[in-house]
Amino acid sequence: MMRYSGFKVIKEALTGHKGWTPAWRDPEPKKHYDIIIIGGGGHGLATAYYLAKIFGKANVAVLEKGWIGGGNVGRNTTIIRSNYLLDGNEPFYEFSMKLWENLEQDFNYNAMVSQRGVLNLCHTDAQRDAFRRRGNGMRLNGVDAELLDQEGVRKLAPFLNFDNARFPIKGGLLQPRGGTVRHDAVAWGYARGADQRGVDIIQNCEVTGFKIENGKVLGVETTRGFIGANKIGCAVAGSSGKVMAQAGIHRLPIESHVLQAFVSEGLKPVLPGVITYGAGHFYVSQSDKGGLVFGGDIDGYNTYAQRGNLPVVEDVCEGGMSIMPMIGRARLLRIWGGIMDMSMDGSPIIDKTDIDGLYFNGGWCYGGFKATPASGWCFAHLLANDQPHSVATAYRFDRFRKGLMIDEKGMGAQPNLH
Amino acid sequence: MIINHPLLGPRDSQEFVYLGDANLIDRPDWAAEGAVDTFHDYLYQRTNPAGLHQELWFHEQGDRSWLVVTRNTLTHEITKVELARDVARARGRSK
Repeated sequence: MMRYSGFKVIKEALTGHKGWTPAWRDPEPKKHYDIIIIGGGGHGLATAYYLAKIFGKANVAVLEKGWIGGGNVGRNTTIIRSNYLLDGNEPFYEFSMKLWENLEQDFNYNAMVSQRGVLNLCHTDAQRDAFRRRGNGMRLNGVDAELLDQEGVRKLAPFLNFDNARFPIKGGLLQPRGGTVRHDAVAWGYARGADQRGVDIIQNCEVTGFKIENGKVLGVETTRGFIGANKIGCAVAGSSGKVMAQAGIHRLPIESHVLQAFVSEGLKPVLPGVITYGAGHFYVSQSDKGGLVFGGDIDGYNTYAQRGNLPVVEDVCEGGMSIMPMIGRARLLRIWGGIMDMSMDGSPIIDKTDIDGLYFNGGWCYGGFKATPASGWCFAHLLANDQPHSVATAYRFDRFRKGLMIDEKGMGAQPNLH
Repeated sequence: MIINHPLLGPRDSQEFVYLGDANLIDRPDWAAEGAVDTFHDYLYQRTNPAGLHQELWFHEQGDRSWLVVTRNTLTHEITKVELARDVARARGRSK
């Protein structure tokens, strides 16, 4: 097992970089595992990592249909934050934030966690009241939140379009501990950490069916043969409907939607942190390479195609131009889409299913990346102990039936509006 | 996406608002036995297919009609567009 360090980098630089070894193995699948995780994305790999590290379960496999980190963990806009209002959410996301803060030391991998601050702009008095309420909700949960007036915002981001006639910037809610993370490195770091602790990461292995007898799951059929397991965790947000249908669960409180993301050409440093527009839907940060990374709304119709349509491109760019006209001359480098599990209340699900031994992690809407560490930890907790983690007790399937929705946006059961 | 409106011809999907699965037409009877379960399923459960999907679109910036659009969720290809009124009547609603 190779440990990465500054010393190691210098040593390899002086010896022709001949000492680097693969970061994880490429094992053949075994006949049987204690636990199988379906989905080698951020959440699946984090689950495997914490299962091995915290819960002492090493006989674990992660099955990935393509290559690890090729799905939504490599497609998001890399923002981390814990600025939620509701009690069902905020302790969970703060748990995630605390794991982010110590993540690189924990898994010995440079994930470029950068707490450069997340600033939500407000444009009306009513919105400022709502922000004050949310900030207070955050503080009640021990999370940092600062309500800024216009002068406070001006100090942080003097380039914004403060005196827009229609949507003047009146202030903002700042979470200084929010920021960005190098998203691919999160998948790679978790994969390497899990692999070092004995987890088999099996790529190019698509699940094609489940073996279920007497209501108990016994294993999965895959493109690389049958693999048995005592417990199976499904962490495939975006494809939840497809994978769960193979287990005979054809209806979920989830719709699949496409969210587009955008990167501009590289620019000199202009943005201090993450900035979100309060009148439209637009959020932007600047990567260390200089590209502006931004996004907006989902396209708004059910789809499994990993590409969106032009109306949303126009809408997002209008949002950007509205708050920072200075980016008008920047050219777009890339646009891509990722498939989101949009749930009925905009909040995720980490729960058992009706099938014994089959566990579900999904419904992350478009906020799954920031949740990666906590999602992995809580899903590992559920898989290992058959009990939800204390910060994830609200993320149950039956919350809709019981009227315990966690509806941050107050949109009701219309997934494309969350 | 272009939606071929049965009355108005091809229109840009931007003129429409999307609601979701066309099964929302089949609102359950609130007074029936087991209405709690059927309403739970009606409101919160979706089949979310990868392939052909029947869905409700509202022509908000047009003639304000509701349409049932049959669209492939893998390719975005639209194969059929009907007035939701006709679909609902064919299913025995609002006689």
